[in-house]
Amino acid sequence: MKREQIESIAHLARLELKEAEVPVYQESLTRILTLVGELERADTADAQPMAHPLPRLTQRLRADAITERDAHELYQTNAPAVEAGLYLVPKVIE
Amino acid sequence: MSIHRKTLAELAAGLRAGEFTSVELTRALLGRIERAQPQLNAFVSITQDSAFAQAAAADRELASGGGGALMGIPIVHKDLFCTEGVRTSCGSRMLDNFISPYDATVVARLKAAGVVMLGKANMDEFAMGSSNENSFYGPVRNPWDPSRVPGGSSGGSAAAVAARLAPAATATDTGGSIRQPAALCGVTGIKPTYGRVSRYGMIAFASSLDQGGVIAASAEDAALVLRAMAGFDPRDSTSVEHPVPDYPALLSRPLTGLRVGVLKEFFDTGLEPESERLVRSALAEYAGLGAELIEVSLPQIGLSVPAYYVVAPAEASSNLARYDGVRFGHRCSEPRDLLDLYKRSRAEGFGPEVKRRIMTGTYVLSAGYYDAYYLKAQKVRRLISNDFERAFSKVDVIMGPTTPTPAFELGAKTSDPITMYLNDIYTIGANLAGLPAMSIPCGFSGALPVGLQIIGPHFSEERLLAAAHAYQLATDWHRRIPPGYE
Repeated sequence: MKREQIESIAHLARLELKEAEVPVYQESLTRILTLVGELERADTADAQPMAHPLPRLTQRLRADAITERDAHELYQTNAPAVEAGLYLVPKVIE
Repeated sequence: MSIHRKTLAELAAGLRAGEFTSVELTRALLGRIERAQPQLNAFVSITQDSAFAQAAAADRELASGGGGALMGIPIVHKDLFCTEGVRTSCGSRMLDNFISPYDATVVARLKAAGVVMLGKANMDEFAMGSSNENSFYGPVRNPWDPSRVPGGSSGGSAAAVAARLAPAATATDTGGSIRQPAALCGVTGIKPTYGRVSRYGMIAFASSLDQGGVIAASAEDAALVLRAMAGFDPRDSTSVEHPVPDYPALLSRPLTGLRVGVLKEFFDTGLEPESERLVRSALAEYAGLGAELIEVSLPQIGLSVPAYYVVAPAEASSNLARYDGVRFGHRCSEPRDLLDLYKRSRAEGFGPEVKRRIMTGTYVLSAGYYDAYYLKAQKVRRLISNDFERAFSKVDVIMGPTTPTPAFELGAKTSDPITMYLNDIYTIGANLAGLPAMSIPCGFSGALPVGLQIIGPHFSEERLLAAAHAYQLATDWHRRIPPGYE
């Protein structure tokens, strides 16, 4: 992994990295990719990708009905900044 | 006999017979927790006031002749289960200030059964870890040797049960997080089939692998708790509509004729010799009890760790995208703009291992790498699952070690993530295939407990529990209590 790759991944993941952290993640991610590189030796020509451990299970649908009550005041007690029922964030549009 | 030495089943009988009250039991265990906390750090929160209120309510119910098997029984919840009105931190600075507005289905069901919550158990941050050293609240220590780790990520749950601070604890298992700490702490842990226990209100790590379960002192106790936890939940779209067997009633099934697969690959490399000797002697015990031992092979199982370290981080990077510093959780001070708010809140809120996995997941899902890593890992996952399916056409259960070594020293593996990841080499396969699996104590390597792992086909929890129970009737490893906690 190159330094720029780590910086690009951190940006995509919305994580600010300190200068000193970059080489640390560079080393550990390189080692993790070496570990997962072992997957190459598996012959997967006939294997269907498995996204879910119970493949015979189909996605269940529910009736299109309101089942939740409005509890936004309760939920917003956990929010860092709220005003008039709205979540506050830094100015987005100048 | 001191109250903390009783099994959950004995406690339930004692409560019903009026030998002691739930309030007395709760007071005794809270006292033990308070004394043990400076050494073990097994708890993130101790919920003393609500515990006494719940215990008093349970006592009233018991006095009127009501309540089921768990009425008035104190337990501990892993701090990954949402608990209404109580901080639910998931071992992270990110959620240090998060008071859950609702109960997880598991918590709600146990509450309805009359269980008393003593507190929230410490854990690796977002359940990512195998040593409990990744917690924002500091490491948990192993009651058998406080210089050693309890395993992870459910390290607080396992340490609490091992030290007899609670008869049972909820836990979760994404790659071994119930079984590995159960093995390292000398207690019994069961990870049910994927879909068996509702994930609603369980803070998500890797959604196709996460499964809630229980850690207790014995299979009988685990069966009692699992019966109350398991079952269909319309709030979890992957919850399975499949009746829950009466696990405690099915424990006494004899072992005669049980075909036990001995997994060749688990004995090949890296297994500590004394652990191997103990696991083989447990297998001999099973043969003596009437089981038939058959060697089985899972040719692709060696690829389970690499497959897992693509699938789990990929799902984690997506699940943990919700922590944005806007709606709940940690927010950095004085953000310059929205991007700065996201980046610094996440950088400050997450610890190093969580960041490592988010970045790994972001990378394997990024354009140009998806096929090479993520799709490839999903195909290997299929091969591993097919291997298990073939094995279960010949045997009823598979047995082997839970971990390659007993508990290691704190700090021994923190510098190298790969060494840490390889602790889960025997446990990850069951998660990839969605299979139920247990760990039960089967002896001691020196002063440290060793675990026997039992894996079964989908929805065979009652078979695993019965097999574990038969072994525990014939042995007393599960009754051993760490020195200083007797």
